[in-house]
Amino acid sequence: MSAILFRDVRLAARAGGSAMLALAFFAAVATLVPLGVGADLRLLAKIAPGVLWVAAVLAALLALDRLFQADFEDGSLDVVALAPPSLEATAFAKIAAHWLTTGLPLTLLSPLLAVMFGLETSGALFVSLLIGTPAVSAIGAIGAGLTLSIRRGGLILPLIVLPLLAPAVIFGAGAAQEVAGALPLLAAFSLVACVLSPFATAAAVRLNLGS
Amino acid sequence: MLAVEDVTGLRGGRVLFRKLSFTVGAGAALALEGANGTGKTSLLRMLAGFLAPAAGTIRFGAVSEPEERGRRVGWLGHHDAVKPQMTVAETLFFFARLHGVADDIPGDVRAALDAVGLARLADLPGQYLSAGQKKRVALARLKLTGRPLWLMDEPLASLDTAGKTLASGLIAAHCAGGGVAVIATHEPLGLDCARLVLS
Repeated sequence: MSAILFRDVRLAARAGGSAMLALAFFAAVATLVPLGVGADLRLLAKIAPGVLWVAAVLAALLALDRLFQADFEDGSLDVVALAPPSLEATAFAKIAAHWLTTGLPLTLLSPLLAVMFGLETSGALFVSLLIGTPAVSAIGAIGAGLTLSIRRGGLILPLIVLPLLAPAVIFGAGAAQEVAGALPLLAAFSLVACVLSPFATAAAVRLNLGS
Repeated sequence: MLAVEDVTGLRGGRVLFRKLSFTVGAGAALALEGANGTGKTSLLRMLAGFLAPAAGTIRFGAVSEPEERGRRVGWLGHHDAVKPQMTVAETLFFFARLHGVADDIPGDVRAALDAVGLARLADLPGQYLSAGQKKRVALARLKLTGRPLWLMDEPLASLDTAGKTLASGLIAAHCAGGGVAVIATHEPLGLDCARLVLS
C-alpha cells in the first residue's frame, strides 16, 4: 500500500505532474477574483472564505480524472489490482497521495492568498481547508473510479462529484467564517467520506476492470 | 494445476465460447489460439478473475474464488504497465515492493533486468523505450514478482527475434520451476506445449 502512495506522490511531484498544476490553478483563480470584484477590501474579506473554498475544490478536481485513468490506460491498474493489497487499500493510498499533492499544498498556500483578500486572520480558513480537503479527494476518487474507462471522463467527473461536495463547501466556508457548529460538521463529513470512499471507489474500479 | 470446467463466455450479449473445459497441469504451458475476436483476451481476463464467466468454474489449485485466484496471477496484458515518467528500474522496484517479494529488491531488479537484456537501460525513463523494450520490462516484472500462474496476452508482439527467443526461454524456465502459463498468441511460441484453438 505504501508503495502506491510513494509512487503516486512522486509522479505528481515530477515535471508534468498534477501537484504544481493544482497549486497554480488555485493561485490563478484566487488572483482573478479580486481583479474582477474590485478593490473593496471589506467586500473581498467577506467573500474570501467562499471563493477560496470553491477555488480549492475546483483545483483539486483538476487532476482527479487521471487518478485511475492513467493507470488504466497503460495497463498498470490490471497489475495493481492483482497485487497483494486489496483494491480498497489501493484506493485509500491513491486518495491519500492525491490529498498530499493537492489538498495539503492548497491549504499551505491559503494564508498567502487570504492576505490578497484582506482577511485579517486566516487561521480558521487554514483549519477548515486542512480538515475539509481530504473529503474532496475521497469523494472525488469515487467519481474517478466510475469514469476511469470513459474517454474525456474529466468532463463528466465534475458533474458527478460537485453535487456530492456541496456539504464540504457549505461547512468548509462556514467554518472559515467561524460559524458556530460548522467545523464539527465539516470534520464529521470529512471523516465519513474518507472511511467510506475507499470501498465505493474499489467497487467502481472493479466494475470497470470487469467490463 | 489450472482447471476450467464448462465455462461460458459472453461479451456484449454475444456468446464467445460455450462449455469450455480444459486443464493445464503444474509445469505446463497452454497456447491459446484463434482468430481475432474469438475471446482469447476475455478468457484470460476470466482466468485472472477480472471478468466473471456466465457459467462454469475456474480453479487454480484449490482456489476458485476470483480475488484469491488473482493473487496468484502474473499478468502480461496488451499494455505493458510502464509509466513514461518512471525509469525502468523505478518501475520494477515499485512492482517488487507492491508485491512484497524478496528482501533484496535492488539485487532482484538487477537480476530481472539482466534476464531480459535491459541492464544498460535501467535509468532510462519509460517514455524513451520502444514497444519491444517495454514488453521486455513487462517480462522482467513477471519474472520478478514470482507468481505461479502466468497469463500472457500476445507476449511476443513487437519483440525482435532475440526478444522472442528470450520470452520463450523465460516461459520455459517458469514452467520448469513448476509454474503454469496460459499464453494467447498468433505466433508459434517455440515451446513444447498444448494448444487450444478458440473458434
